[in-house]
Amino acid sequence: MADKTINLTLKIWRQAGNEPGHLETYELESISTDMSFLEMLDVLNEKLTLEGGEPVAFDHDCREGICGMCGAVVNGIAHGPEKETTLCQLHMRHFRNGQTLVIEPFRARAFPVVRDLIVDRSAFDRIIQAGGFISVNSGSAPDANAIPIPQETAEQAMDAAACIGCGACVAACPNAAAMLFVGAKISQLALLPQGRPERSRRALSMVAAMEREGFGNCSNERECEAVCPKGISIRNIARLNREYLRATLCSGDKTPS
Amino acid sequence: MQLDAKIPSGPLAEKWDLRRFENRLVNPANKRKYHILVVGSGLAGASASATLAELGYNVTTFTIHDSPRRAHSIAAQGGINAAKNYQNDGDSIFRLFYDTIKGGDFRSREANVYRLAQISNSIIDQCVAQGIPFAREYGGTLANRSFGGAQVSRTFYARGQTGQQLLLGAYSALMRQVAAGRVTILPRREMMDLVLINGRARGLICRNLLTGMLERYCGHAVVLATGGYGNAYFLSTNAMASNVTAAWRAHRRGAGFANPCFVQIHPTCIPVHGDYQSKLTLMSESLRNDGRVWVPKNPGDNRPPGEIPEGERDYYLENKYPSFGNLVPRDVASRNAKEQCDRGKGVGETGLAVYLDFRDAIERDGLEVILQKYGNLFQMYEKITAVDPSREPMMIYPAVHYTMGGLWVDYNLMSTIPGLFVLGEANFSDHGANRLGASALMQGLADGYFILPYTIGDFLAETGPSEERTDNPSFAAIQAEVETRIAGLLHNSGSRGGRSVDFYHRQLGKILWDYCGMARNRKGLERALEKIPELRDEYFANVLVPGSGAELNQSLERAGRVADFMEFAEIMVRDALAREESCGCHLREESQTEEHEALRDDARFSHVAVWEHTGEGNTPVMHRERLKFENVHPSQRSYK
Repeated sequence: MADKTINLTLKIWRQAGNEPGHLETYELESISTDMSFLEMLDVLNEKLTLEGGEPVAFDHDCREGICGMCGAVVNGIAHGPEKETTLCQLHMRHFRNGQTLVIEPFRARAFPVVRDLIVDRSAFDRIIQAGGFISVNSGSAPDANAIPIPQETAEQAMDAAACIGCGACVAACPNAAAMLFVGAKISQLALLPQGRPERSRRALSMVAAMEREGFGNCSNERECEAVCPKGISIRNIARLNREYLRATLCSGDKTPS
Repeated sequence: MQLDAKIPSGPLAEKWDLRRFENRLVNPANKRKYHILVVGSGLAGASASATLAELGYNVTTFTIHDSPRRAHSIAAQGGINAAKNYQNDGDSIFRLFYDTIKGGDFRSREANVYRLAQISNSIIDQCVAQGIPFAREYGGTLANRSFGGAQVSRTFYARGQTGQQLLLGAYSALMRQVAAGRVTILPRREMMDLVLINGRARGLICRNLLTGMLERYCGHAVVLATGGYGNAYFLSTNAMASNVTAAWRAHRRGAGFANPCFVQIHPTCIPVHGDYQSKLTLMSESLRNDGRVWVPKNPGDNRPPGEIPEGERDYYLENKYPSFGNLVPRDVASRNAKEQCDRGKGVGETGLAVYLDFRDAIERDGLEVILQKYGNLFQMYEKITAVDPSREPMMIYPAVHYTMGGLWVDYNLMSTIPGLFVLGEANFSDHGANRLGASALMQGLADGYFILPYTIGDFLAETGPSEERTDNPSFAAIQAEVETRIAGLLHNSGSRGGRSVDFYHRQLGKILWDYCGMARNRKGLERALEKIPELRDEYFANVLVPGSGAELNQSLERAGRVADFMEFAEIMVRDALAREESCGCHLREESQTEEHEALRDDARFSHVAVWEHTGEGNTPVMHRERLKFENVHPSQRSYK
């Protein structure tokens, strides 16, 4: 591991509650290139604390790229410049000495800023509540091998299920659409035989919830796919559209009002 | 403190059946009269909340995160065990039971572990029905892989993200109940204390992490599913928010804390690389199937690994344990890595690492085969370290990973406080002194989907749906205590002196790692018992927490958790001191064989050590629950 350090200028979005926010500039020296991006923010916060300032609020938890809690826009890119990498797994060796980094929260009407880099993503929970599940009570399941599922189908379902719900797709989309997130869940459940009985109702009500929460629609910009830390494909949006169309045309279910 | 484990009578295989029959039932129409508070939304908390709501109870679920889906169960990689015997390789409920109790070095209850093995199969059925995309064979049936400590292939998995998929399954079941109006989710809430009324758990004081306001909640039972305390060591594989606060506060209110010194140290983590480091990343132990562990023969040899000739390398695991080689269990691998580094043979910048080398495996099988098996792990390693393990050996070092200790519970998962139930990693119940791989997910879901929903009914049927309200004076009294604690942590706010929370947390971690880690001895533990209170006093006097309590304040959140770790650390060390035997994950240096292997002492220590809080400033008292083995014979482990 290289023992290198760099100096950085940070412009970080600071915002408290409903008050208007602004970019605040900080200088950081001797940042080890082996640090993760969040560890770099830890160093900044430690410094701010000891200087009597107010640390930057940011969400984070597992710091291994799976919980989906962290995320910020770094120089215009959600989760920063590395492909398929969450902010916590982004390391400072990908930045240059003397570089300026602009760090902002994920922005979308449906993700109100809570404080600094923290946004409220509870809209995602409400979309899942609308139908992102299979209705099976504990104890009423048949034997796990009762329904064979082709390996390829299981793998496709897993590709979609890998979504960590971070919201980078929404932040990157010019329409602030949540269609990659919704498409991933709809795909996972529509691909598997267990999800079939509820597929129409699920597609209709999850799309309705998505619109209710104030997310936009897909116009094939593909920005979501480009920033997705788990490499979720926009094929899942195509499948969402098919599922939605199928449900509207072929099923007796009505769009929930 | 009364420790009645309430284990049902009768033969082992019939105990759970008998208990379910003995349990009183709550009439379906009456279930809606009960309100259950569940703290935590990981595998155990989410599965319990969803299942209780399906049964008709009213449930309020608290999570420290912005969404229940973030809980740290999500990070589990490897898989989940079940005794399905789909591979027809001789697995059975009894074999899974035996492997788990032996893996735990005979420090868990037979009846609990057997029930876990019995339930394991229903968990897989449930998860598949929820749409969890487990790995499958070409024919469409479920695939299995092998894991440490077992000779059969019984681990179900979803790539390297099994925990994520199982958690999202439980989360989806939970979200369904939210939509049905039976569960209320309260995100960004931290349990600050437990409220007892007439000796029974009836409520919580929570801090709303967004507003800083303290909130009171009242129910007929409280369920803690708040995870483990590995972050006491500062650096661990746990998530940043994982903490002991809920369990510790319950302990201070009268819940016995069992085996707090049982901590699992995982041998294959990416080594520490700087003072700023915030957490450690686990590399799956499956790597030891093909990687060879070595260090330079000569201490202080700091040539790059490629320049150290074969004759000057020490493949210490292969040399010392010829029959198991690099595949010795976690505790043995961890201890030996530490021993090599203590002798000055460690590698890397800090000297706290050993090599895990794939050179020979790549020569033997070809790079393609090795990448097929470990490609994603190699990528993950390279992402963090900028070193490609197919060209240069990985560096690994042990790290704190899982805590087997936890709040004491009886067979019904109830703590020593009536009405307080504890699930998952937060309880002590099933893993003894060492947890086998792929067993944590199994236990969390067993507790939540299939055990608590039955046993809590018996408690509620007995106690009835009597009303309590949050204007009961107990709530006000406990809330006042919480307010005092918070004010104490903030007393340096606005000043410029002092040190940050992390500074003190690091110090605490270092004390625990040095004296209460993989290998322990009386002298070191006694030293730790002097150092911890000194550090704690300094912490409370000088810690600098900016901001106020009446707002979102992440420094204050951390400060409260570290304050509780500072108190908790002491019973961890006391427990380690009292357990004068080596067992499971830890070596007690005074208790070794002539060949320097761990020596268990069944005559003196075949028990669960349960600690009772006896008031501020008083020495805690230890009670013992004797372990009886009627179906298996405790044997001494050997991997030579």
